[in-house]
Amino acid sequence: MSYLSIRNLSLRLKKGPALLRRVSLEVAAGEVRGLVGESGAGKSMIGKAVLGILPPAVEITGGEIFLDGVDLLRLAPRERRRKIGATAALIPQDPLTALNPSHRIGPQITDRLVDILGWTRAKAEARAVELLAEVQIADPARVLRQYPHELSGGMRQRILIASAFAAEPRLIVADEPTTALDVTVQKQILRLIAGMQARHGTALLFVTHDLGVVSKVCQRLSVLYSGMVVEDATVADFFAAPKHPYSAALLAATPRYTDPSAGLNPVPEAVIAAVRAEVAAFDKAHHG
Amino acid sequence: MLDGRSLTRRRAGARLWLSGLWLGALCLAAIFAPWIAPKDPLAQDLFSGRLPPVWVHGADPGFLLGTDSLGRDVLSRILYGARIALTVAVVAGSVTCLIGATLGLVAGFLRGWVDMVVSRLIDIWMAFPPVLFSILLIAVLGPGLFSIILAIVVIDWTRFARVIRAEAMAQGAMDYVASARVAGRGRIGTMLREILPNVLPTITVLLTLEMGIAVIVEAILSFVNLSISTDFPTWGGMIAEGRTSVHQAWWVLVFPLVTLFLTVLAFSQLGEGLKDRFDPVLR
Repeated sequence: MSYLSIRNLSLRLKKGPALLRRVSLEVAAGEVRGLVGESGAGKSMIGKAVLGILPPAVEITGGEIFLDGVDLLRLAPRERRRKIGATAALIPQDPLTALNPSHRIGPQITDRLVDILGWTRAKAEARAVELLAEVQIADPARVLRQYPHELSGGMRQRILIASAFAAEPRLIVADEPTTALDVTVQKQILRLIAGMQARHGTALLFVTHDLGVVSKVCQRLSVLYSGMVVEDATVADFFAAPKHPYSAALLAATPRYTDPSAGLNPVPEAVIAAVRAEVAAFDKAHHG
Repeated sequence: MLDGRSLTRRRAGARLWLSGLWLGALCLAAIFAPWIAPKDPLAQDLFSGRLPPVWVHGADPGFLLGTDSLGRDVLSRILYGARIALTVAVVAGSVTCLIGATLGLVAGFLRGWVDMVVSRLIDIWMAFPPVLFSILLIAVLGPGLFSIILAIVVIDWTRFARVIRAEAMAQGAMDYVASARVAGRGRIGTMLREILPNVLPTITVLLTLEMGIAVIVEAILSFVNLSISTDFPTWGGMIAEGRTSVHQAWWVLVFPLVTLFLTVLAFSQLGEGLKDRFDPVLR
């Protein structure tokens, strides 16, 4: 079985509209799966559901999330926290708010290893230095003593990546890790994540709205529209011939630097109407 | 270099030093009042009533800041009055802070029904007019130091709860909280380790403000003679007495008033200074 296996996961706002509609996807050990879709398609919600950090207004209405063969949704909250903490990690979207401004960098990486996973402080500190060196931060010892506001966005994102890999998780959810960064830094960060993932053999769930990023980093991808998976394919197959008209239009909408004369091609109205009809048909079939 | 940060820092320094100096001196005066006060604050001497301060013509050098209409030494009374004022400031301020900040933190971070209960409670509480509420409380409890402190705590906890709740809510939505939860920190652990340090600067400011407010409330209640027995000199009581003879003896009113003003100002400036000094983002 895959390392992460989501089956028919449905979420909705409490007493409100559906956010995910029977989403199923698999991530094999060491595999990178991209989750793409427009804003509000529910791609981040999948990552949050897996890590147990859904906002309080969202409820799970059905489905299973198997992590390492265990259905997380059947575990007691405490057990679930422990399972997630020991096997998974998050690379958050906004490096500016993802580090606690009140604590120095060092403790932010090491305290969790010590308090929660029971490492010795010396071991955790050695690990932190080693990781910062691995994410190409010069002078890790000095950076570990600094506060987040003393560092640039790119530096902070490197630190967050290092921190995510600290406990050698088997699965990492990267929630649009490059969206808040400028383009030149984005490229370095992507390379870094891909390199770390390959070296550590970690499974990665990569949430993004940038198909260009998917083609560089991922092996498989799921395309979402309005909380529904419209296509699940390998990256090679998808970029050669997308099967669903919506994902084909999404691919065609990606600007191409090699051919600027092509201009921008928004997803055609007809395609959106068709995929909306599909969503409506799904809702009708499942809720009567 | 005179960039924004160093300017903030220098201003914070001046604030911190001046207000700290005043409050420090006041604390010492309160603690050592029996030794440093030149006279007995209660000793009446009708033959030396309404003596002006020493630099005014007709003064007695034994009474530095003059005497009131009963011949009691104004300086000694101010020094003894600091005992009541500071006791109320520190005790009422800290207890109010502890209760209000705890409720606000818990409501803002846990949300859900806890937040519902705390928020409604705050709304109901704030609908009472505070001055009437405190007078009512004192009338029920009877005057006394304990009653004043209790009245301040009962009325002012909402001030902390409201602000800290909003702050905790804003911090709770930050990604670092999500990261801590993913790493396996429990709710309480996350609240204390991740949220609390970030609301601490706000708590500090509110606490010192509250201490200033407590001093004012105590003065108001003494002014209307609802505070403690007249055997203890209080600034508010002095102001009330001085008011009646302000045309004949301005010093009886002015000196306690200035002391009160400077003390409240010092408390609020101390808070601002501490915040600028210890906020890691401004530092």
